[in-house]
Amino acid sequence: MASPPQISSTPQSIFRPNAKHREAISKIFRIICAIGLGIGLVVLGLLLVDVFQDGFARLWQPGFFTGNASRFAQKAGLRTALLGSVWLLILLLLISVPIGVGAAVYLEEYAPKNRLSQFIEINIANLAGVPSIVYGLLGLGIFNELFGLGPTLLSGALTLSLLILPLIIVASREAIRGVPQSMREASYGLGATKWQTVSNHVLPYAIPGIVTGVIISVSRAVGETAPLIVVGAVGYLTSNPGLLRRFSALPIQIFDWISRPQAAFTNTAAAGIIVLLALLFVMNGTAIYIRNRFSTFR
Amino acid sequence: MQLTHQTSTAQGTSIISTQDVNIFYGSFLAVKQINLDILRNKITAFIGPSGCGKSTLLRAFNRLNDLIVGARVDGTISYKGRNLYAPEIDPVEVRRQIGMVFQRPNPFPKSIYENIAFGARINGYRGDMDELVERSLRQAAIWDEVKDKLKQSGLSLSGGQQQRLCIARAMAVQPEVILMDEPASALDPISTLRIEDLMQELKEQYTIIIVTHNMQQASRVADMTAFFNVELTDGKRSGCLVEYDKTEQIFQNPQQQSTQEYVTGRFG
Repeated sequence: MASPPQISSTPQSIFRPNAKHREAISKIFRIICAIGLGIGLVVLGLLLVDVFQDGFARLWQPGFFTGNASRFAQKAGLRTALLGSVWLLILLLLISVPIGVGAAVYLEEYAPKNRLSQFIEINIANLAGVPSIVYGLLGLGIFNELFGLGPTLLSGALTLSLLILPLIIVASREAIRGVPQSMREASYGLGATKWQTVSNHVLPYAIPGIVTGVIISVSRAVGETAPLIVVGAVGYLTSNPGLLRRFSALPIQIFDWISRPQAAFTNTAAAGIIVLLALLFVMNGTAIYIRNRFSTFR
Repeated sequence: MQLTHQTSTAQGTSIISTQDVNIFYGSFLAVKQINLDILRNKITAFIGPSGCGKSTLLRAFNRLNDLIVGARVDGTISYKGRNLYAPEIDPVEVRRQIGMVFQRPNPFPKSIYENIAFGARINGYRGDMDELVERSLRQAAIWDEVKDKLKQSGLSLSGGQQQRLCIARAMAVQPEVILMDEPASALDPISTLRIEDLMQELKEQYTIIIVTHNMQQASRVADMTAFFNVELTDGKRSGCLVEYDKTEQIFQNPQQQSTQEYVTGRFG
């Protein structure tokens, strides 16, 4: 009893000294995780290098941003496709954010927790996993035919909105669920109504998470090809897109260029990919900016 | 010490009174058969072992239990003679008059100023907001510490300061009653003493009900003390009110054996 404290266990201890062993496992796990990160980075790096090698020079040739579709690779530009994608982006945000966030707020803050709401919850999660081509067919049936919109930009935007609504709802619900209950209680305790609590405390607290979900979803939609092809986007468009006119979009244009036999179109397609990546990069940057802005008081 | 079982009306006027109150969570009876009168401009302490329904009862007083799915109140809780659970009563209006300070300090992740101004603004306050913010912070004895950083986040304060900010926030809407659910349990002894001193000043204007696990705290601050205990009925545990009297009576001359055992630290 009077002996000084020892670091190593006494022989009769019921604990087996295994610190070295546990430290080793810890180190191995760290290496495995680093390898995982490394593979991701290398693949991404290779992709970027390859695309930039093929397309970077083509990007700066005259007329690439301002030119229309052409059957000559050197003359082909992505003006209509870029305009189409920007249009789609804006329409998507206008259509799907209010509906998606509204649905999420309703489900989390207003809806009673019963069988029906659980059923709806599971179905929304399932919808997020439905292949995009199915949404394309749905859009073709509903917007093109039933509503008579035809193969127009509006129809494409509505179809893509359907595609990303479940993603936005799921992400927004997670963000709203992450708002501490103590904050709602504090607000209600002061005599706030539900709407005052939601608009002043729940939504501002959840906005970083909601924005992240929205941007990831919209980024996915802007890169989608299949549903747009089904509702009638075209890879060869020479007139500016409009709400109720035929339209093109970057992924459609890239797909069109890549499927052409002439070798020179490879470079044009690669340059198109760079533009698409840049668009997504700007969107994600915006998301991070908004997130940081709204987190200042945390 | 002849004051045994004096009726509460002889000691002051009652502001909240309960008649045969049972509170359920779903089919679980959490609190049963509560009859008590809370006296105006007094500090009332609820003491008792964990799980005896003190907080549940407290949160029934400003209808905060409405937020919990399945929570239900039986019997009558009246506030100034009106049944708080009558259908025509708007819980939003109730909470404005019966404020709450929570166990963990929960300032909004907004500026100190905005923490105070929010409640006043949503309730349609038309006076000078700067003046109200200062007055509330002074009442909560925190003005000197925060007057130079009103624009900073409420979360940048220490735990004890955050709790006083929450008290200031509750007072800014000028309630009549302030419910405090173990307001000092997450604080160090010095912050705790500051909050207790504050309560003594506040009772001039407000009626305070405090739930506490700390017996010394109850005996230091409270005028009246209610002792709750857990009772087994049909194998289920529900909270019940054992004894309610003046604080010195509860601590020095309790009528029930279980109160005696609890306040002397022999159980709980």
